[in-house]
Amino acid sequence: MAKKRVMVIGGGLAGLAAAMKLAELGIPVDLMSLTPVKRSHSVCAQGGINSVSDLTRQEGDDESKHFDDTVYGGDFLQHQPPVKEMTLWGPKIIDLMDRLGVPFNRTAEGYLDRRRFGGTLYKRTAFSGATTGQQLLYALDEQVRRWESAGLVTKYEYWDFLGPVLDESGVCRGCVGQDLVTMEIRTFPADAVIVASGGSGLLFGRSTMSMVCTGSAVSRCFQRGAKYGNPEFVQVHPTAIPGADKLRLMSESARGEGGRVWVPRTPQDPRDPKTIPESERYYFLEERYPKYGNLVPRDIATREIFDICVNEGLSVEKDRQCVYLDLTHISRRELDRKLAGILEIYEKFQGVDPRDVPMKIFPAVHYVMGGLWVDYQRTTAGGLNIDSPRTHVTNIPGLYAIGECDYQYHGANRLGANSLLSCIFSGLIVAPAIKSLLDSQKGPEPSSLLYESARREHQSLHDGLLGRRGGKENPYLIHQELGDVMTRAATVVRRNAQLATALEKVNELSERAQNCSLSDTGNWTNQNVVFTKALLDMFPLAKSILMGALARDESRGAHFKPDFSMPDLKATEPGERRREAEKWCDWFQENTRQWLRSTIATWNGKNPDLTYEAVDTSLIPPRPRLYGLAGAQIIDEVWRQRSQAQANAATNPAMAGTAAAS
Amino acid sequence: MADHSAKSSNGHPQDFEVRILRQDGPGQGSYWESHRVAYEPDMNVISALQRIAAQARTVDGKGVAPVAWECNCLEEVCGACTMVINGRVRQSCSALIDRLLADHPGEIVLEPMNKFPVLRDLVVERSRLFRALKRVKAWIPVDGYYELGRGDKQSQAEQEVAYPLSQCMSCGCCLEACPQYAKIEVSPLSGESSEALQQRRDAEFDRGFVGAHAISQAMLFNAHPTGRMNASERLDTLMDEGGLQICGNAQNCVAVCPKQIPLTTSIARAGRATTLRLFQRWFDC
Repeated sequence: MAKKRVMVIGGGLAGLAAAMKLAELGIPVDLMSLTPVKRSHSVCAQGGINSVSDLTRQEGDDESKHFDDTVYGGDFLQHQPPVKEMTLWGPKIIDLMDRLGVPFNRTAEGYLDRRRFGGTLYKRTAFSGATTGQQLLYALDEQVRRWESAGLVTKYEYWDFLGPVLDESGVCRGCVGQDLVTMEIRTFPADAVIVASGGSGLLFGRSTMSMVCTGSAVSRCFQRGAKYGNPEFVQVHPTAIPGADKLRLMSESARGEGGRVWVPRTPQDPRDPKTIPESERYYFLEERYPKYGNLVPRDIATREIFDICVNEGLSVEKDRQCVYLDLTHISRRELDRKLAGILEIYEKFQGVDPRDVPMKIFPAVHYVMGGLWVDYQRTTAGGLNIDSPRTHVTNIPGLYAIGECDYQYHGANRLGANSLLSCIFSGLIVAPAIKSLLDSQKGPEPSSLLYESARREHQSLHDGLLGRRGGKENPYLIHQELGDVMTRAATVVRRNAQLATALEKVNELSERAQNCSLSDTGNWTNQNVVFTKALLDMFPLAKSILMGALARDESRGAHFKPDFSMPDLKATEPGERRREAEKWCDWFQENTRQWLRSTIATWNGKNPDLTYEAVDTSLIPPRPRLYGLAGAQIIDEVWRQRSQAQANAATNPAMAGTAAAS
Repeated sequence: MADHSAKSSNGHPQDFEVRILRQDGPGQGSYWESHRVAYEPDMNVISALQRIAAQARTVDGKGVAPVAWECNCLEEVCGACTMVINGRVRQSCSALIDRLLADHPGEIVLEPMNKFPVLRDLVVERSRLFRALKRVKAWIPVDGYYELGRGDKQSQAEQEVAYPLSQCMSCGCCLEACPQYAKIEVSPLSGESSEALQQRRDAEFDRGFVGAHAISQAMLFNAHPTGRMNASERLDTLMDEGGLQICGNAQNCVAVCPKQIPLTTSIARAGRATTLRLFQRWFDC
């Protein structure tokens, strides 16, 4: 290689941000994507992007509160320094996107307008109608096109990443890709490879994710030795529109702009919802969480909607689970200005105007918090050393991961409008890390034999699939079965018996998938073989999700196991209730000690092996995550007193005995 | 066709036929093929094509390779799944089977776009779309990505003009419907590298009509406080070969745009701006 080059896999927000920043640093970039990058899944992000603003600051907000909201929202399962750094960068990132021409909604005076999102009490979220992801992606796509015109970025669109190329010492030296039109397989030497391939919603069959979100790129790194962190943490979004091919997202911004979730108090009340009087409506989120109301974090909203429909039998419809998401009290003009994009989706696919009639929605798989394990270097102040080549590197030297496909920022549950931030942030900060890496690289270039043998290996796998005879299995039908199994066992409510059965079933499907026969054996735009490869690579991730979930006997964020959750407080007598709360806090402390650690999956060639990693919680100590649940305030109070006593003991050891005795 | 009248108790057909214009590769002949799909509620053309891929069998029971098509987001924001459905160019994800069958009972007809070379079946080669975005420099020429403070203040009215234009997802519907937009197909020469082919292709593309989408993008960036700093370069491109003068004002583009982008308004604006630019160039020389 005459000049150092970097390969970026995936052209969503993270991949494009990385490509553009690398180009600015003068580093040539190859950008590989399954689709033209402008069609990446980031376009589906709707609601907005979070940061502290000049206005929220004057309401008492600052970066440390955004940091705290994110960590509390994630149930403390993320290393805190990267999250802290991300929230510090939030305002700068929004300024940058503003400069790049994103048509953010404006206030009457011409400043960026903001809306409120889940899991916070501040209006931090900047937005561009209800298609913010699309608008942010387009701005980055335009900048990358500019660099492409200048010759620093070369795009390989309609190419499938088949795997990293590792040398004999396990260092990533490039990757193998396949042209989806000509089916040519070739290698791409690179001094660093950045995987920015997004989520893996297709493991669940139907989700809010796009059709390219198969998780194949991540799985191909995982199977070559990259560690996978927190696989069991999968976000189920509370509000989606059920559909035959996809569960379409109905953004949290609908609630951010005042949308209310309710069900009729009478089960399956047949009346027109608009004629049901207020007193006969159950606004269950507002009643149960008076402080956050409809804007509790996603895992909680999802569980409550699920509970209302499944356990309380209050679904709006008899044959289908759904609740009302109601915007009809907001003026049409306001709705059109701020939410048109999502209202049009509902109108187009359901044939009903949500400005006139409450929408019917139900939860759907939406985002993976888990992802490739990545490193960071902490500063003494608790932030990130941005120039460290360790930033976002996987355990394979030279192989980096950013965006939804890394496990870094969202812990056990992601807050709405934080994903666009983490994607752009990780894309921007990986560039200086790569520059440091390239500057420090010494030693000879790998021999051409390394690349040739990698190419041959993938070519023979490909030829083997095409030439397979006599298999009876249909890849599309196996995928459907996989989606059904995963959705039943590993979404909102998880039980060990079901997870164990699901794991057996997935093992069986994985075996059966080996016998898929292809209905297309040609070597031209063969979508059949590309899909079959992606399907085969879903199993290592599916197994990791199920095993991680099975092993984790607790409830944390999106991972909810009722058999291992602490029961609600029952007593009404204040003294007894306080004792219950004390017990609850004891349990919480013990559970934190045992389970506040990240699951790390490593592929052993046939199955994932699980180990656990301590979480850096040195900046914000873990605390019960109740979001002001009605009736549970006593727990927060007991916890506050304990923390206070501990803090006193730490600053004044002489008092320790007294505090413990009281 | 008698079996199409068979209906289940709820008034829906039990199944329906999808007739598809297929083509195995570039430069090869096309042929029609029919598939039968079992009816399910809430289907769209994508879910019908998914069933067809899983069956890989025609209406006559003949085993065939699955039909190739493009799709991604399935909610009409990515622009991937454009095709001609019952004679009309549109996104296949938002083409709901119930409505198609109501308009045209019994059969749904799918064809690839005509204005782009077919790669296979319903998949066409649309790189010309993105090439046009380079021609009109559809980007904001910022100094860089370091911290340089916020962007300019903008009024709500300005945002409300920019946002609709910025929703263009490069789907190509406006080009398919445009009588002036002619297909450009450049076939590979023997032994030609893919880079050399792309170069030859781009040179051809750059002589062809840029199209309504790119004209509209030029107007979007020319209205932006920083974007307008290279407004005259964009206008010069629109006054060059394959520019605005090709537009015949048929107004089909605006009628088929799935995002209802006011393309003809952009074209009219571009007309005024290029006229002014022409005068400016006279006075400059």
